[in-house]
Amino acid sequence: MTMTRRTLAALAAGTILAASGPALAQGKVLKFVQNGNLTILDPIQTTAYVTRNHGYFIYDTLFSSDENNAVKPQMVDKYEVSADKLTWTFTLRDGLEWHDGKPVTSEDCIASLQRWGKRDAMGTKLMDFVKEFKAVNDKTFQMIMKEPYGLVLATLGKPSSNVPFMMPKDIAATDPFKQIDKYIGSGPFIYITAESKPGEKHVYNKNPKYKPRAEPASGLAGGKVVKVDRVEIIEMPDVQQQVNAMIAGEIDVIEQLPHDLIPVLKRDRNVALVDWNPLGHVFVIRFNHLQKPFDNPKVRMAALYSMRQEDYLKATIGDAAYYKVCGAAFICGTPNASEDTKGLLIKPDFEKSKALLKEAGYDGTPVVLMQSTTLPVLTNMAPVTKSLLEQGGFKVDMQAMDWQTLVNRRTRKDSPQAGGWNVFHTFSVSADALNPISNAYFVANGEKSSWFGWPNDPQMEKLRDDYAKESDPAKGKALAEAIQARALETAQFGWLGQWYGPGATRTNVTGWLKAPVPVMWNIEKK
Amino acid sequence: MLDFIARRLVAIVPVLTVVAVLIFLMLRLTPGDPAAVIAGDNATSDQIADIRQKLGLNEPIWTQFGIWIADMLQGKFGESFFFKKTVAELIAQRIEPTLALATCTLIFAVSLSVPLGVLAAYRQGTLFDRFVMGFCVMGFSVPGFVIAYCLIYFFAIELGWLPVQGYVRIGVDFWKFLERMVLPSLTLSVGFIALISRITRASVLEVLNEDYIRTARAKGLSNRVVLMKHALRNAAVPILTVIGIGIAVLMGGAVVTESVFGLPGLGRLTVEAVLSRDFPTIQTVILMFSVVYVLINLLIDISYTIFDPRIRY
Repeated sequence: MTMTRRTLAALAAGTILAASGPALAQGKVLKFVQNGNLTILDPIQTTAYVTRNHGYFIYDTLFSSDENNAVKPQMVDKYEVSADKLTWTFTLRDGLEWHDGKPVTSEDCIASLQRWGKRDAMGTKLMDFVKEFKAVNDKTFQMIMKEPYGLVLATLGKPSSNVPFMMPKDIAATDPFKQIDKYIGSGPFIYITAESKPGEKHVYNKNPKYKPRAEPASGLAGGKVVKVDRVEIIEMPDVQQQVNAMIAGEIDVIEQLPHDLIPVLKRDRNVALVDWNPLGHVFVIRFNHLQKPFDNPKVRMAALYSMRQEDYLKATIGDAAYYKVCGAAFICGTPNASEDTKGLLIKPDFEKSKALLKEAGYDGTPVVLMQSTTLPVLTNMAPVTKSLLEQGGFKVDMQAMDWQTLVNRRTRKDSPQAGGWNVFHTFSVSADALNPISNAYFVANGEKSSWFGWPNDPQMEKLRDDYAKESDPAKGKALAEAIQARALETAQFGWLGQWYGPGATRTNVTGWLKAPVPVMWNIEKK
Repeated sequence: MLDFIARRLVAIVPVLTVVAVLIFLMLRLTPGDPAAVIAGDNATSDQIADIRQKLGLNEPIWTQFGIWIADMLQGKFGESFFFKKTVAELIAQRIEPTLALATCTLIFAVSLSVPLGVLAAYRQGTLFDRFVMGFCVMGFSVPGFVIAYCLIYFFAIELGWLPVQGYVRIGVDFWKFLERMVLPSLTLSVGFIALISRITRASVLEVLNEDYIRTARAKGLSNRVVLMKHALRNAAVPILTVIGIGIAVLMGGAVVTESVFGLPGLGRLTVEAVLSRDFPTIQTVILMFSVVYVLINLLIDISYTIFDPRIRY
């Protein structure tokens, strides 16, 4: 009897161990873990980056940005603009087809642009200048402008949320504030709804009918040549487990690593770190312009005088290899960058801050600083702000909360005592911050359409309009510098440094493109 | 007995009503706005307000409650705010991993903890007894996620015997299913084993001092018969109670275990729904857990009659 039990136990253990080892024979299946769960599959309804990434799998765009941020045609074969710059004519490439086999038409593209133009910040701005769209034939359509607009190509080729993805007309007809329920695109991958299980995995098969452009892939532009048969987005919420699974060879790609776990993967010879997003991200501080004391520009300026980017970057990122002190609101190393901040945000002047507070009549009421404790990269921002502001003469009431609570509370315009707020931190991918139109933090339309904090500055809006209309790059850059200077002059918000979050791949996976979005074409698995 | 069961089933109604009201109110009173989550970080206040309107979140709270209850009574559990799926579909998709984890854990924990507890009682004061009690203290004290990471480090990373994470459905590949259940079940079992072993030991110890045990021994019965037939059976009622309570603890533990091991079960669904304020999903899943809990307690109560014939309902 004893022998039988032991034998059974040994047999069971042996069978389990024999079945283990490399988890699956993966072949040309690429297993990719994103920086968050993919729940919403409509890249126009939400600006969530995981949804944007999903969009790049299955949809295509009229234009795309290459690795130098130059806008190149993608679905468009050729385009021309009339001499008066009022008529833009776009002709689609031959052979473009939706995943259901129907051809991509001008009508589809027009409907897609119209839906996107009701949600995206740059899209709505563009639509302010658009008089009408006209379908010339199945492959050619025109965009007629009310007046010349300098950012047509930059808008149509914008790389990040919301991306103007093209969808079939019947899907694009969905109310832009409601989620689409069919996922048909013309992009290089096909979404396999039947095999995708939210919370577990999302499955994308190679689109065999996709016709890539002839040019080599560069950034998000060029030929989208798919070199694997299938990509599976694996939903894995625990970052430590992502790293463990990478070491064990159960997954192939991690979009972004938490900085404290980078050394663990650096030690593994089978794993390579990839700095796929050279532009990185940028930290931001937002003031509530509607509530005391930050309704007073002098108080906001006092806060800016207390800030030092490096303190934030050291506290949150730590390793200097992954951050950069940068005075440019429009991101260092890009065409609109200007590092001239007159020392603001770089070198604090606490005495000046205290003097400004005195001048402004600050009565010492604590400012309510919202601290997100669930997004690791933001958790340490608020304590640094609390310390710096206190050194600058403020009293600070730091309130810890989860990110979703913060996201909800920041929409409230009430006083901090009635559930509102004074100040909070966020971050965006740098690709969203490259110019004064795409960078939502510069909008100063008050409660009408400004981002949370609701700054109201007609002079800023005039400058942004001038920038939007300007087609000369040199003049555009001068306007961008003026806009940055104006934002500092009114202390509209603060930009608190750039940081980079590398991703990781197994060393048998190559071809990751340098772009602000992790895309899966061009990637090869040996 | 049938009367008892019928009364208990009827008693579920007020319990669920209270749970429903509490969940609904707590969710509405907790800060957080699904519309803001859906809209994403770059959305403006106006855009969020538009989405809130489309989701029906601008209706008065009691109107929303009335609509939800009316739908529930018709068997409609609503649609998730995020996934374009009904909550019933989501639960159907996620229930298998949770059931599998709970079953494996229960089998593993009960089959190990009851003998451990009985033996510890039988060998009271010996090294074995101290070892079991020491293990129980550790099992209570060490958080599940620490146990999980230790197990993963040794068995998956260092030895490479078992996968780090993931789930394969039982119908797809039984052995792969089994190998992915080992570490999560072990993790979840530790606290459960500690709880049951300790209670088993205490109950059996109490019974071992009874006169009828002395009588049984005086009759010349073997230790095995005395322990299993006379002692354990009479000590069973508190053990069953603690197993019942443990199942509730197990549901809570599944939330952490499923997150750590990447199991796409109901625990993880609950966490995701709470973090994104997916009200219809949270409400339904918690109500479902409540029903399961009430039913398990009913089953435990009924099982008392099997082990202790003196109990009658």
